[in-house]
Amino acid sequence: MATHKALVSLAAVAATTMLLTSCAAGSETPSDPGAIEGSITFLTNRTDLETDGTWDAYITEFQKTYPDVDVTVEALTSYADDVVTRLSTPNGYGDVLLIPASVPANQYSDFFEPLGSTDELSGTYRFQGSTSFDGTSYGIALGGNANGVLYNTEVFAEAGVTELPKSPDEFLAALSAIDKNTDAIPYYTNYKDGWPLGGQWTENIGAVSGDADARVEMAGESEPWTQGNDVYAIDSLIYDVVEEGLSEPDPLTTNWEQSKNDFATGKIGSMVLGSWAISQFRAAAADSGASEDVVGFMAFPTNVDGQQYASTGADYNLAINANSSNKAAARAWIDWLVQESGFTQTQGMISAVEAEPLPDNLSSLTDENVELLEVTPAPQLNEVADESKIDLSGNIYRQKLIDIARGQADGDKKSYFTTLNERWGAAVDELAG
Amino acid sequence: MSVSTTGPDPIGISGPMHGVNSPNPTRLGKGSRNSRNGRRGRRGSKRASTLTPYAFVAAAVGLLVLLTYLPAANMLWYSLNDWNGFGPVDDFVGLDNYVEVFTNPEIFSVFVVSLYYFVGAFVQMGVALYFATILSFKTRFSNFFRGVLFFPYLLNGVAVGFVFLYLFQPDGTLDTVLGWFGLADPPQWLGDASVANYSLAATSVWRFAGLNFILFLGAIQSIPSELYEAAEIDGASRWQQFRFIILPGIRRIVGLSFILAVAGSLSVFEIPFIMTSGANGTATFVIQTLQTAFSFRQVGLASAMAIVLLVIVLVVTWMQRKVFPDEKVDLS
Repeated sequence: MATHKALVSLAAVAATTMLLTSCAAGSETPSDPGAIEGSITFLTNRTDLETDGTWDAYITEFQKTYPDVDVTVEALTSYADDVVTRLSTPNGYGDVLLIPASVPANQYSDFFEPLGSTDELSGTYRFQGSTSFDGTSYGIALGGNANGVLYNTEVFAEAGVTELPKSPDEFLAALSAIDKNTDAIPYYTNYKDGWPLGGQWTENIGAVSGDADARVEMAGESEPWTQGNDVYAIDSLIYDVVEEGLSEPDPLTTNWEQSKNDFATGKIGSMVLGSWAISQFRAAAADSGASEDVVGFMAFPTNVDGQQYASTGADYNLAINANSSNKAAARAWIDWLVQESGFTQTQGMISAVEAEPLPDNLSSLTDENVELLEVTPAPQLNEVADESKIDLSGNIYRQKLIDIARGQADGDKKSYFTTLNERWGAAVDELAG
Repeated sequence: MSVSTTGPDPIGISGPMHGVNSPNPTRLGKGSRNSRNGRRGRRGSKRASTLTPYAFVAAAVGLLVLLTYLPAANMLWYSLNDWNGFGPVDDFVGLDNYVEVFTNPEIFSVFVVSLYYFVGAFVQMGVALYFATILSFKTRFSNFFRGVLFFPYLLNGVAVGFVFLYLFQPDGTLDTVLGWFGLADPPQWLGDASVANYSLAATSVWRFAGLNFILFLGAIQSIPSELYEAAEIDGASRWQQFRFIILPGIRRIVGLSFILAVAGSLSVFEIPFIMTSGANGTATFVIQTLQTAFSFRQVGLASAMAIVLLVIVLVVTWMQRKVFPDEKVDLS
């Protein structure tokens, strides 16, 4: 009796398991590979848009043109980490996804479907350089950002700063004025969360010197932390801001979410962030009862003979899983999202479609005659960064820089930059030889 | 015919007794057929009973192999390659990663941070031993205090990290409480590099003292109470009782706690990672391994670092067993 029951329950478990795995196996293959039908899975990092139903609204709109396609949206909270793990399973990363930043360009063909030649697509789309390899494009940007500095217009006014700073010295002077004349923290580093210290600053490479190939050059430069190089100017500015006491008193206890409210209520003067943050900070301002005009955006405080530049780049790029069985449907979804959904307009991002105008929130840049610059992406830069263990787009080495600046670690700017140059130079030699 | 509850029939059949109610000679034939079945059934159940323990253990061992030993073996393979985490593992470099681990001074220098946690572990054992001793005797509300002391260990490490983050904020809870006692100018508990490691080690002590406490409590309670009575009759003081009865009696647990302290301080990760992400000089070896793997995408080197840590912990444990052999303690 017992064995009979055990056998029946075992059979039931086995049957259920098989059923469940077949459910998870994904989309069915359409009979005609070119036909736009089937069900696709879309991986995204925008969990907030899943919560407020925006993705569902887009899917409904999309199905008016393509009624035979079923789109399932999977929003992942820690997108970059989760997707990277899923890339190791051929069918584990959906049909349409956003290319994670850590995938090396020479491995794009292993994971993503080629979308066309770069030359062909650059005619229609911006930002094609960052997801191309060997002349083939693997991604289309879902919106782009300009990089610069977010500042609180009221705090600047209260401090008596009438002209926007155009050089590092002017920026430091403005922050000193804020420190003297107001109660606000002139610059908030967000040291604890880390990521605001990484890419948000590094993306300004190219904007400092107005050189679109600055990243490519840095990948071959053996001593980039010397006067005249972009990264030297960027890191020197962070160092000087912290050393002169113009940042928060205890960096170890900063909080990103809280900083948005503090910015809106006038407790913080400025933060180096991309234009993607403008809409978030405006929302925070509205939530805390302040006016949205309090959020100002200016170019990175450097200039070349008086001309300021702001680097622009893609936010995330849409790509198709190379192992997807519904590539035509996936391509239709990508094209629709980029061209017809109006996503970038609502998000305040730069549209990937060349023909479309720039968003309104960049008007402050164009009013100041800031030139927008699309910096040539350089995958070799990431390779050298990894080899030298200097995380250019991360926060580890910048946190150390801040520790030295505030006296909590040994050394000074010169000694630290020398160390960085040594490591970088050794990595450049290692990879070249 | 009722089912027999007296046990199996002498010829080995369990179940209703055969040949009892009916004198029919064919019954005997049936009985003997059934007895043959019974013998077959007994042989089958014997095989089943030898396999049963393995069946129970199979699921657990299967999971252990799949989720622990297989990944560890994989990691050993990765440590012999140069791999960035994507695509196939095909760049064999032999022992280069291990050479890098031992020759790069930056990699080993983080073990200095583990010293803070090691010293903290001794403080932890002292605190746990003290409370275990006084709470193993009849004290008022001893159950309540035992619960309170053990509770921190049950909390999730991430939750503990966040709670203490708020505690250590400038003008946070700790600064306010110190203000009541007159300490007006407290240092930045996490911002000051010379204090940060002490703060984190203290958080670790708070979290794990409960575990040591329960282990010691259990060990102390296993000491027969006649020894205490005999000692009291002989006029021994509390301290002498502690030194000559309790300490020798819990030697094995103290030895175990010591091993856990060393292994724990070498591989400390959760508390510093949650509270400071390893910044400001609080990075530990495991945090550095994580950074090597995921921030610098050098999975081969990180795997080598992890294997080296494993070997160090094993060597230290082996040395401790040699110096403090685990023999049975006989108090009487």
